[in-house]
Amino acid sequence: MDYDRLRRLLLPLLVFLAAGACWEGLARYSGWSASVFPGPRETARGMWELILNGTLLKHSVASLFRVTVGFYLAVIVGIPLGIILGWWKTGQVLFNSMIQFLRPISPLAWIPLAMLWFGIGDKPAIFLIFLSSFFPLLVSTITAVNRINSLYFRVAANFNFTKLEMGTRLIFPAILPGILPALRISLGIAWLVVVAAEMIAVKSGLGYLILDSRNALRMDYVMDAMIAIGVIGICLDRIINQLKRIKSVSWGSI
Amino acid sequence: MGHVIVKDLCKNFIERRRARRVLNSEPDTHLGERLEVLDRINLEFQDGELVCVLGPSGCGKSTLANIMAGFERWSSGAVLIDGKEVAGPSSDNIFVFQHNSLFPWMTVQENVSLGLRHMNDKVKMAELVQEYVDVVNLTGFEHHYPHQLSGGMQRRAELARALVVNPEVLFMDEPFAGLDFLTRLKMREEVINMHQLIGKTIIFITHDIEEALMMADRVVLLTDRPARVKLDTKLESPHPRDFVCDSQLEDLRREVYQELGVHYAL
Repeated sequence: MDYDRLRRLLLPLLVFLAAGACWEGLARYSGWSASVFPGPRETARGMWELILNGTLLKHSVASLFRVTVGFYLAVIVGIPLGIILGWWKTGQVLFNSMIQFLRPISPLAWIPLAMLWFGIGDKPAIFLIFLSSFFPLLVSTITAVNRINSLYFRVAANFNFTKLEMGTRLIFPAILPGILPALRISLGIAWLVVVAAEMIAVKSGLGYLILDSRNALRMDYVMDAMIAIGVIGICLDRIINQLKRIKSVSWGSI
Repeated sequence: MGHVIVKDLCKNFIERRRARRVLNSEPDTHLGERLEVLDRINLEFQDGELVCVLGPSGCGKSTLANIMAGFERWSSGAVLIDGKEVAGPSSDNIFVFQHNSLFPWMTVQENVSLGLRHMNDKVKMAELVQEYVDVVNLTGFEHHYPHQLSGGMQRRAELARALVVNPEVLFMDEPFAGLDFLTRLKMREEVINMHQLIGKTIIFITHDIEEALMMADRVVLLTDRPARVKLDTKLESPHPRDFVCDSQLEDLRREVYQELGVHYAL
C-alpha cells in the first residue's frame, strides 16, 4: 500500500521535473532573451519576490474569494433549480429551450453588461463566475434527476413519503454521484473564467496580476501567476474530489 | 387483516404509437389501438394466505400486482383491501420489487428503518429494525451499503424493509429473479418460514411453476394476454413439499404445464 502511494506521488512529480527540464532547455537554447521567454530560474526568482512581498498571496486570495462566492451561488441556485425542473416535467419543457439558448453564450460575452450593471469590483467577476458554473450544474442536475431509477419513486410512494421527503431523502442523495463530476467541471470552468474576468474590471486577483505584469513587461511574473493558477486549480480539484469519499455517495462509482 | 378482493377487474392500455389515422366512431380508439391486459379478473385472497400467481411472461401478472398495490389505475371493476377500495400506494401493503429497489445511498439499517421513520421512540425503532434484520439473517451487515451485499442478501434486506412496517399484505413481484438456483431455493424456504411465523397475506407473482407449487397455499394461473383466471387451486400438502411422494402436487404440476401449453417438459 505504501509503495502504491509513493508511486502515485512520485510518478506525476517526475513528469513535472521533466517538463521543467525541457523548459530550461528551451529557454537556454531558443535564443530568446529572458525578458521574452523567462526560464525556470528567472521565474523562480520572480516567484520568490512575489511571495516575499505578499503580492502573490494577496492576488490568490482575491481570486479564490471570487471563485468561491460565485461557485457557491451557482451551487445554491443551480442544484435546487435543477431538482425542481427535473421533477416538474412541464417546467422542464417550458424552460429547457431557454436554458439551451443561454448556455452556449460564453460568460465572457457578458462582460460589458456585467460591468455596466455591477460597476467595478468583485461583483461583476462574481457574476461571470456564477454564470459559468450555473449552467453546467443546472443541466447535469436535471439530467441526474431524470435518470433516477423510477422504482425508487414507487418505493417512496409505498412508504408514504411526503413531497419534502421525496426531495431530501430520495432525489437529493440519488443525484449526488451524478452531479459530482459536474461540480468538478464547473469549478474548473469557474477558475478559468475568473482570470479572464479579472483582466477587465478589477485591480486584484491573479488575472490582474498577469495583465499588470504584462504592462510592466515582467514575463517572469506572468509565468508565476500562471503557475499559481495551475497549482490552485489542482488543489481545488483535489478538494472537490474528496467528496467522492463520502460513503453515501460512493455507491455511484461502483 | 389482509383480505383482498378483486372484482371484474379489467385493464386496457392505449398504444399511442400504433395510432390509426382513420377516424373511428368509437370514442377511445382515436388515441390508438387498445391493448387489453386484464380481462374480468375475479379473485379473493384470504387473510394470511400465501398465493402464487402464475402465468406466461407478459400476460399481465405484474400489472395485476401493481394495480392491487395502488401503483396503477385500472379500467373497470374494483379492488378492495379489507373492504376499502385501493386509492394509491400505502404502507399497509408493501411491494417487493422484481429488481433491486433498496436505496443505494442508505445502509441496510437505514433502508430497513424507512417505514418506521415516524416512530417517536428511537430506541424501540432501532430494536425493531434489529429484530427484522435478524429475521432475514443479515446480522452483522447493518452498516453495509446495498452494493456491498450479494444479490440474495439484497433481497433479504428488502424483505426486512417490507416486513418491519407490519403490512397487511405483501406483494412480491418475482422477487427472486436473477438469483442463482441455490439462493432461490434458500429464499423460498425463508419466505415460507417467515410466512408461517408472521402469517401475513402474501401475493407472490412468479413464472416459475416449481416455485409456485413449492410455496403456495393456493395457486392462481392466468392465461396469456388478455389475462383471465384459468385455474385457482388450493394446495393442501404440508411443507416441506416433495414432488416425488406427493401425487396431488405432481398432478397439479402436470395440469399447470398442460394449461400453459407445454407438453414435453415432463
